[in-house]
Amino acid sequence: QVEQVKLLDRFSTSNKSLTGTLYLTATHLLFIDAHQKETWILHHHIASVEKLALTTSGCPLVIQCKNFRTVHFIVPRERDCHDIYNSLLQLSKQAKYEDLYAFSYNPKQNDAERLRGWELIDLAEEYKRMGVPNSNWQLSDANREYKICETYPRELYVPRIASKPIIVGSSKFRSKGRFPVLSYYHQSKEAAICRCSQPLSGFSARCLEDEHLLQAISKANPANRYMYVMDTRPRLNAMANRAAGKGYENEDNYSNIRFQFVGIENIHVMRSSLQKLLEVNGTKGLSVNDFYSGLESSGWLRHIKAVMDAAIFLAKAIEAESASVLVHCSDGWDRTSQVCSLGSLLLDPYYRTIRGFMVLIEKDWISFGHKFSERCGHLDGDPKEVSPVFTQFLECVWHLTEQFPQAFEFNEAFLLQIHEHIHSCQFGNFIANCQKEREELKLKEKTYSLWPFLLDDQKKYLNPLYSSQSQKLAVLEPNTVSFNFKFWRNMYHQFDRTLHPRQSVFNIIMNMNEQNKQLEKDIKDLESQIKQRKTKQTDGILSKELLNSVRPESPALKATLSLKEQALLPVNNVLRTIEGSSPADNRYSEYADEFSKAEPAVVSLEYGVARMTC
Amino acid sequence: MEFAELIKTPRVDNVVLHRPFYPAVEGTLCLTGHHLILSSRQDNTEELWLLHSNIDAIDKRFVGPLGTIIIKCKDFRIIQLDIPGMEECLNIASSIEALSTLDSITLMYPFFYRPMFEVIEDGWHSFLPEQEFELYSSAISEWRLSYVNKEFSVCPSYPPAVIVPKAIDDDALRKVATFRHGGRFPVLSYYHKKNGMVIMRSGQPLTGTNGRRCKEDEKLINATLRAGKRGYIIDTRPLNVAQQARAKGGGFEQEAHYPQWRRIHKSIERYHILQESLIKLVESCNDQTQNMDRWLSKLEASNWLTHIKEILTTACLAAQCLDREGASILIHGTEGTDSTLQVTSLAQIILEPRSRTIRGFEALIEREWLQAGHPFQQRCAQSAYCNSKQKWESPVFLLFLDCVWQILRQFPCSFEFNENFLIMLFEHAYASQFGTFLGNNESERCKLKLQQKTMSLWSWVNRPSELSKFTNPLFEANNLVIWPSVAPQSLQLWEGIFLRWNRSSKYLDEAYEEMVNIIEYNKELQAKVNLLRRQLAELETEDGVQESP
Repeated sequence: QVEQVKLLDRFSTSNKSLTGTLYLTATHLLFIDAHQKETWILHHHIASVEKLALTTSGCPLVIQCKNFRTVHFIVPRERDCHDIYNSLLQLSKQAKYEDLYAFSYNPKQNDAERLRGWELIDLAEEYKRMGVPNSNWQLSDANREYKICETYPRELYVPRIASKPIIVGSSKFRSKGRFPVLSYYHQSKEAAICRCSQPLSGFSARCLEDEHLLQAISKANPANRYMYVMDTRPRLNAMANRAAGKGYENEDNYSNIRFQFVGIENIHVMRSSLQKLLEVNGTKGLSVNDFYSGLESSGWLRHIKAVMDAAIFLAKAIEAESASVLVHCSDGWDRTSQVCSLGSLLLDPYYRTIRGFMVLIEKDWISFGHKFSERCGHLDGDPKEVSPVFTQFLECVWHLTEQFPQAFEFNEAFLLQIHEHIHSCQFGNFIANCQKEREELKLKEKTYSLWPFLLDDQKKYLNPLYSSQSQKLAVLEPNTVSFNFKFWRNMYHQFDRTLHPRQSVFNIIMNMNEQNKQLEKDIKDLESQIKQRKTKQTDGILSKELLNSVRPESPALKATLSLKEQALLPVNNVLRTIEGSSPADNRYSEYADEFSKAEPAVVSLEYGVARMTC
Repeated sequence: MEFAELIKTPRVDNVVLHRPFYPAVEGTLCLTGHHLILSSRQDNTEELWLLHSNIDAIDKRFVGPLGTIIIKCKDFRIIQLDIPGMEECLNIASSIEALSTLDSITLMYPFFYRPMFEVIEDGWHSFLPEQEFELYSSAISEWRLSYVNKEFSVCPSYPPAVIVPKAIDDDALRKVATFRHGGRFPVLSYYHKKNGMVIMRSGQPLTGTNGRRCKEDEKLINATLRAGKRGYIIDTRPLNVAQQARAKGGGFEQEAHYPQWRRIHKSIERYHILQESLIKLVESCNDQTQNMDRWLSKLEASNWLTHIKEILTTACLAAQCLDREGASILIHGTEGTDSTLQVTSLAQIILEPRSRTIRGFEALIEREWLQAGHPFQQRCAQSAYCNSKQKWESPVFLLFLDCVWQILRQFPCSFEFNENFLIMLFEHAYASQFGTFLGNNESERCKLKLQQKTMSLWSWVNRPSELSKFTNPLFEANNLVIWPSVAPQSLQLWEGIFLRWNRSSKYLDEAYEEMVNIIEYNKELQAKVNLLRRQLAELETEDGVQESP
């Protein structure tokens, strides 16, 4: 615990700050300011801690978080600062999985509830929904013991005519043994999205089993015997891989394939792209030109567009040509996951529901071995393995929700919450790098699944404009003209409240929708009460006439009535809060600031954050 | 002159119209004195009805006997007409060119337009200066309405009635007018009821190189200060530009002569710089094929959002001085007809809840733009496709509307009007059947007898059937000062204007409708619940009456 710590405003040029107390707990860093406002930062969310040069007011400490929160503390004593710095360094980088928060997190559920939580998303059920197994596709037991491929799940779907020797043969010809398997089956088109890793073709090597397996995939599609093979890497990268004995499919060796590069950059390019983006956004007093040239030179939106274009190519092949598509990159767990999952999302409205989206993440990301722990840097590991691949996927989905505001059952908050938890290590879902590791860690017995908690909170994540009926939106055809891609402020500036709109249309509509449901119920209640009254009255008149008796009024009825009246408070009082709307929060006051310093007679511009309600 | 002389070929059959996101239509093209009309051949429905004055530029192309005319509109739309026959095509093109660039204002459509609707309220009398002054008068004892400019002789670009400090008589005003650019002596723009502080605006002082001064000018603006208080002068030009202006007889207020005032220089661009910015931006928005890097670098190079940020920042600064510092301010640039008005009007949007209502916003445009002498005729003569490098065209008003849209985006419940209202104003400023935006100032409008000869835009807009299109369903009156964020991350490209013709907005429109439905349904349910409650209460009292004996 350190007192008299200052929390600086990230963007203020006048060094505005809040003074408060800093606490370190086993799991969180906590700052409580003078207004008793609490800022909690999970240790696992800390991406970097930096100690800056000592200043007159104390020792500055800058903490960057994986959820894009940046906090800047000033600790009055250097020794304290040093201690905090060292503790945070240790606490934020764990060496063992067992030290992660999920293993100590206890939401007070019993074992049965915990197990039910883990069984909420059932992939076998999902394949059944897609329509497999069927006459062309079957469940293969080849990887039942993780013998062929350690990073794949146990249960894999392959063409019925692909025998086990063919599978085994093909797996030996593919990087990390990740042979072609089914990712999504389009029931009405009878076409499939399959995924794998790059072939170990080098300059000339070939593998008959692999060629057979691809042929089996194209034969499993009665609608179109041609299939696409999408290499999601830039052509140059793929060619360079040939020198290392890897590479891409030679069209001459495979019958009926159309080979296509789509040019998504690798994890290292993506990592530095995001790094550049964050650097630009963190600049104090950023000008419009610097912002846009930074946005451009970071290449971030270009990469997002590339992923989106690839997914659209995939969806079109299936939708327009009924052709099956095989997707791979190098290892088939980053770009391949992005493209397969986004492609499925474009094709199948189910994945645009809350539960469907969870299934999609479980299937294409978790089960097929996207290396969450390495990509998110859960443990103290190789920083070169960290990359925002999944964040990009979420951003692509966000862009789709912007273009198709009624097509998704969930809202932006849902995407942000999932992003929060891939880094939080609070739940077991995203811990480790593949299913085999997860089983070895006994995550299902020792940790909890995120999904039931999100489902319980569903109300928060519902899109009020969602229309499940709109059949015309069965397949999404997004427009990827450059101007449709915008900077995702609510992700990268989630915690910088001053940059956001001060009133949220979305929240108002969401709450209004909720209120409408309540009102519908009220109307029903009232109508039945009135009906009751009326019958009672007629009864009463009858009984009065006949028996001349008086019935006592039901006190219960009256009580419910007055309760209801209270419930119907004026609309959205809380919702229309204008947050942080104060000129001091913004940066147009620099000149006047200086002026007010020079002229003490003039009222200072430093006002606290004015909370205004209308 | 007869329009018929300009129309060489009034009618061509088998013309094909191409528009983005619509199927091509074949039909008959007709030219009238003010419109280009294309009627579909199948069902004779009108597919296109375009004002000649909305045409910014045209291109011709020929492939064999087939001619193509590409029409670029001032509202940034681009359409294509395929016309069979070279002669017809050339005739049509030259007619359009002539008709869209008529010299004489009195030949413009507003002088010929006869409204098909019943005028409930004549917009020409909706916002008289006297009425506007009335709104303040209860709070104002230090100000008066002066008719010194009744004949437009003191300041040609001012209206006949202006609000000035009570302590200053008309003779003094005449003297001050000679000391200010264009005779634009300081007048009241906005009175902040909360603390009695004001925004004044004017032209630059004509100090020249020898530092001329004008005692009456100093007295005038000092008359707005309370004892012991200081004020701010916001010069919308950077200091070096203001200094250079001295060589041409202009200048800025010297500290020595205005000791109670603190001068702040901002840098809001003007004229061709803004025009070029618009041309670049629209060109980039129209290019569907460019890759991400090119789009972002062109968006940046256009500098449009930089101008937005600069204008908003200055307006916020002005509002801050007024509301938070409790200081009066004087705002001017060079002429005081462009950037000055952007700042004074936006400051009012921020400070004054009334200007966020439909009527209040109309009053604001009438007062701060039309009456204040923003030269609409010059500024809006051409739009983003003009290639004539004329000096006077500049999207000053569009930038103002864009800034309002940025604030609207950040405070979506605080405005009574919606985005469509702003788009409509943009369209009518450039091409309209109404007389409201004709002329450069009140004096010109009087000479043109616009009030007698044309219809006011407000007469049309303020009818309930039109208003419903422009009303924001989320509006809840909000009596607060609203401070927008001016960070680059908070400013956005105004898609409703700049991408309007370049993408399909079907899904966005549907979502908006759904939102309106939810709001309407909510109102309906609330009303029903209240009704049922009342019924139940009545039944209960009846019961009570029955039961009591």
